[in-house]
Amino acid sequence: MEMNKPVGSTPLDVAQGIVGQPMDRVDGRLKVTGGARYAYEMKQGPDTTYGYVVQSTIGKGRIKSIDTRAAEAMPGVVLVLTHLNVPEQGTGTHREAHPVLVGADIVYYGQPVAFVVAETFEQARAAAFLVRVSYDRAKGTYALKDRLSQLRVPTGAADPADSAVGNFEQAFAAAPVRLDVTYTTPLQSHAMMEPHATLAEWDGDMLTLHTANQMLNRGQAAVARTLKMPIENVRLVSPYIGGGFGAKLWVNADAILTAIAARKLQRPVKTALTRQQVFHVTTHRSDTIQRIRLGTDANGRILAVGHDSISGNRPSEHTFEGAAIQTRTLYAGANRLTRHRLAVVDLPVASSMRAPGESVGLLALECAMDELAEKLNIDPIELRIRNEPSEDPEKHIPYSSRHLVACLRQGAQRFGWDKRLAKPGQVQDGRWLVGMGVASATRGNPLLPSKANVRLDPDGFATVRMAMTDIGTGSYTIFTQIAAGMLGLKPSRIRMELGDTDYPMSSGSGGSFGAASAGSALYDACIALRAKLADAAGMDAASARFADGEIQADGKSKPLVSLVVSGAMDADGEIIPGATLKDFSQQSYGAHFAEVGVDMDTGEIRLRRMLGVFTVGRVLNAKTARSQAIGGMIFGVGAALEEAMTLDPRYGYFVNHDLAEYHVPVHADIPEIDAIFLSELDPAANPLKSKGIGEVGICGAGAALANAIYNACGIRVRDYPITLDKVLAALPRQV
Amino acid sequence: MDENENERSAVTRRVVLEGGAVAGALLLTGLPQGAHAAATEAGTDTPIVPVDVSFQVNGHTHQMRLDPRTTLLDALREHLALNGPKKGCDHGQCGACTVLLDGRRINSCLTLAVMHDGQSVTTIEGLANGITLHPMQAAFIEQDGFQCGYCTSGQICSAVGMLAECRAGMPSNVTEDLTVSHPEMTAKEIRERMSGNICRCAAYPNIVAAIQQASGEPA
Amino acid sequence: MRSFTYERVSTPEQAAAASAKPGAKIIAGGTNLLDLMKLQVETPVHLVDVNRLDLARIEDAQDGGLRIGAMVRNSDLAADSRVRQRYGVLSRALLAGASAQLRNKATTGGNLLQRTRCYYFYDVTKPCNKRMPGSGCAALDGFNRIHAVLGTSDQCIATHPSDMAVAMRALDATVETVNAEGTTRAIPIAEFHRLPGRTPDIETTLQAGEVITAVTLPPPPPGRQIYRKIRDRASYAFALVSVAAVVDTVGGKLRTARIACGGLAPKPWRVEQAEQALAGAPASVASFDAAASALLQGARGHGGNDFKIPLARRSLTAVLTEITRS
Repeated sequence: MEMNKPVGSTPLDVAQGIVGQPMDRVDGRLKVTGGARYAYEMKQGPDTTYGYVVQSTIGKGRIKSIDTRAAEAMPGVVLVLTHLNVPEQGTGTHREAHPVLVGADIVYYGQPVAFVVAETFEQARAAAFLVRVSYDRAKGTYALKDRLSQLRVPTGAADPADSAVGNFEQAFAAAPVRLDVTYTTPLQSHAMMEPHATLAEWDGDMLTLHTANQMLNRGQAAVARTLKMPIENVRLVSPYIGGGFGAKLWVNADAILTAIAARKLQRPVKTALTRQQVFHVTTHRSDTIQRIRLGTDANGRILAVGHDSISGNRPSEHTFEGAAIQTRTLYAGANRLTRHRLAVVDLPVASSMRAPGESVGLLALECAMDELAEKLNIDPIELRIRNEPSEDPEKHIPYSSRHLVACLRQGAQRFGWDKRLAKPGQVQDGRWLVGMGVASATRGNPLLPSKANVRLDPDGFATVRMAMTDIGTGSYTIFTQIAAGMLGLKPSRIRMELGDTDYPMSSGSGGSFGAASAGSALYDACIALRAKLADAAGMDAASARFADGEIQADGKSKPLVSLVVSGAMDADGEIIPGATLKDFSQQSYGAHFAEVGVDMDTGEIRLRRMLGVFTVGRVLNAKTARSQAIGGMIFGVGAALEEAMTLDPRYGYFVNHDLAEYHVPVHADIPEIDAIFLSELDPAANPLKSKGIGEVGICGAGAALANAIYNACGIRVRDYPITLDKVLAALPRQV
Repeated sequence: MDENENERSAVTRRVVLEGGAVAGALLLTGLPQGAHAAATEAGTDTPIVPVDVSFQVNGHTHQMRLDPRTTLLDALREHLALNGPKKGCDHGQCGACTVLLDGRRINSCLTLAVMHDGQSVTTIEGLANGITLHPMQAAFIEQDGFQCGYCTSGQICSAVGMLAECRAGMPSNVTEDLTVSHPEMTAKEIRERMSGNICRCAAYPNIVAAIQQASGEPA
Repeated sequence: MRSFTYERVSTPEQAAAASAKPGAKIIAGGTNLLDLMKLQVETPVHLVDVNRLDLARIEDAQDGGLRIGAMVRNSDLAADSRVRQRYGVLSRALLAGASAQLRNKATTGGNLLQRTRCYYFYDVTKPCNKRMPGSGCAALDGFNRIHAVLGTSDQCIATHPSDMAVAMRALDATVETVNAEGTTRAIPIAEFHRLPGRTPDIETTLQAGEVITAVTLPPPPPGRQIYRKIRDRASYAFALVSVAAVVDTVGGKLRTARIACGGLAPKPWRVEQAEQALAGAPASVASFDAAASALLQGARGHGGNDFKIPLARRSLTAVLTEITRS
């Protein structure tokens, strides 16, 4: 179906049944018993060889010479690839292709310069250290701040770089109350638990890649383009993926290197990047410099809003961190200006990381709102409510659904916001200065083309096939619920088969579009299968009910299995994004509330409790949805307090490239956290009436902490992450 | 090289059967001999001298001849096809590789397999009793204590090891009074004690709930 | 990881003899050594496994102190009832370090020999005088947020990463060793770790072929004990600053005080003048500040770690305030 207008009543409205229930994950048993197998684990044994990446140790320049003899002479080594012996490969942006070892040029630190394959992992790793490379070093520019004089306007992305409504400059200059603040956010790493990994096997000209990848069809196309193969000769398989957060959206070097080596050797090759390699060989989130200007009247009504964001990327890429995108639609105001600029830096590719844009954009905007509220002496929640727009303020179209104010109000009540003292530094608990903060959450709600096939077998089981992935979001489970609900079968009667490009094309997972896109395709397939079954039963599909393994109409019922005794019956489904994406402004919304403590002696900052209230359309599984939201919020805690890749501009590399020094939250960092959902259906979003949920949890979460830190100790840090050294100097004298 | 030398230097590898995790009927094979030729460039490396090692994994005794560089984690994953323990960082910085060694939780990535001759290892695959899940496993499902699942084996083994430490009266960094012989297992204690297991999906609150649930049941 | 030959020994003397061979290295818990070997920061050609040595006991010493075998695991030492009751600062320091899994493996002897967490030390492609003498120090003008402000040289500004050693320094522990001939030696912990000077690669006063057998603690000093660790996250992180304090307070005055700091220097940092300044002084911020000044005498930041100086001062004051509270 094509999503051209809001959907009316659907079978899910009439009898939602299992859809939405807090059902346990259907892949839970496999995951708690160690039985779920990830890419690297699909094969061991004597026939399988092991790859290990050799990285450049300069940030820019040329390979002068490369000597692989010592490595090749090492026990067990069967192949060393360099730019001198790889096949010619196709090119494109990082989303389209990933050619490896393409020449002597070094364009970023840690770029693969060789690939060693040996009989065992131990042998490959040892030999990799013996590949000797000498370089002609060139001067690179690595730091965003060193390229501010040569910014470029990014083109070619889905979102335009700039937007303007009214006359921002004039309105801002004339506004009675003005705020002009600049925030910076750091380079970040996805740091999913499973490092990128691939197992490659060839059967003649057919390549099978077991690879940790979020969007298998995009990956399949990129592999085919890179290896100059017909797309039908490439199969990507990825039933279980150890987290993605954007790091596995695109094909990475592990996949291509492993595929090339496996073809040369005519043996299976498998490769996992080391944790240290992940930081440079794969993508990251760019740092940003964001200037926010807000002009209001004396009552806090926004007259002018401006958001300028600078992020960095390689010369060959146009992907920018869309930090100002949400500013185009979050609050009212007649005069608006948003601009994104790209600084060209000689770093690895900057790409999408969980909630690209909003995730760091709201770290700036929602702190600025807090600063503005203080300036106006208005409660921060009230300020947001006063600027609630009645329609999208830039596109002048209606919101598909928007309940931000309800989220703020409900959250305030549940969190005890009325106990917050507006003046900072007033609350003390032992050695802790305690404060509360709030921030709005919003995340765009995309829909991508996706297909599905559902088949009812004579054994009474329905099998669903999609090239969709489950990166931990709960895809297997919610699709099981949709199929079960739509066909009136028990969830245990659904076989959910995902993660294989041999199955119908799917959106894959990312950008909060997975559940909506693949779920809608599955919904469409179920509608089609219902029609076929009704036809076979001689019943009217429109009035038939599917429940308890039966089709029921006009007081009669027939077991579904009785309709497929002579053979399985299947149906295809498809979702095609349509006019509703243009006719409606679509976002998920929410509100974050955080309470933090700041140690008055040492400046240590610890979260004490947190609440998120969200509206995300129909909740497809109350349990996994809550987990997604909480996971996002904790991601935001990391962004606020801990996470930063530190660039050493002398070498162009990220100094702290491991999990000991790139800090993400641990158990002890995370106290009581809850997430709740307010009831909502969004008929313009998709036939499920659901909205994206995987990212809205991080959006604004960190800003709530930053605002709480300010409320606790009166120190406004505009440079994330907010570590103790940044508040130390301003802490009160010890007495 | 005569045949005896071949025999002596052959590092054992096991052919993995479909389904992976079952011990018992695995075959022993050797690697191609070329894999063990002494380094040809003088001074680049010490010849690989394989070491015989035997230890129990989940109740089964395994004899292996290993490249001494093989970590316990890689021995489990690549030689015994026990892929439950995960490699998240390979440097003791994430906890995904956590297994129980003689009942105590350790990072299997930061120890060599050959150091554990005669010892007993329990991995996630060894926790369930047949088809009956260990209470910790069941609680993780019920409380949704995971998302992508990659840290889960480590979290669960760590949680089981942690409860054993609690029963033994071991204190933690947040134990208020060190002189109390058996500190109370508060949520704060669980969080501190589980901090060696990173979950980037951040199922932390659910993991704590699962551990609380499971600790109320006999293990 | 470079290949190596592997040997398991059963007596300390055997360990000493085996480890005296060129390129040999002792492996105990392995939590630091294997970490470094995978990155080829350490490249031993022979590993001597001491895990089967009979050195895993904690015994009462005749003088009322404690003798801790070198192979006692960090978690067992922290949980020992005598340590918990009489040497709380040591138990706390151990529990503040690493993770439970690592503490279950890491040993008393190995912890003393832990190597620095300096990012550049960990990366064999970067200059590091500690790893490769004469190659330079990338941290001096680089990212040095976690580095030392005391006891450094123009060759090296790395810190010693141990928490345990900081508490042991405050407790005046002694490191016992043996060599292949069976000759034993007792090294006061103050003399065990060396400052970098011109040879940052030499980190301790252990001689080749000398093996740690035990750490002895004198009878517990009078007073209260506190270990406070300040770090970037609530757990599982190295110290930015840590303070081990043992203070005896009577009637609002400090009778004796022992203070050792971690995260500040290439070795656990203890300054006699700071403790003298506190002896007999009233429990007041002014006294604590004077002690902090003495302890931080000569402290120098390198840009990224400048904050450690005020952080250490404030942390010391906080710890002393808490420990002297009636």
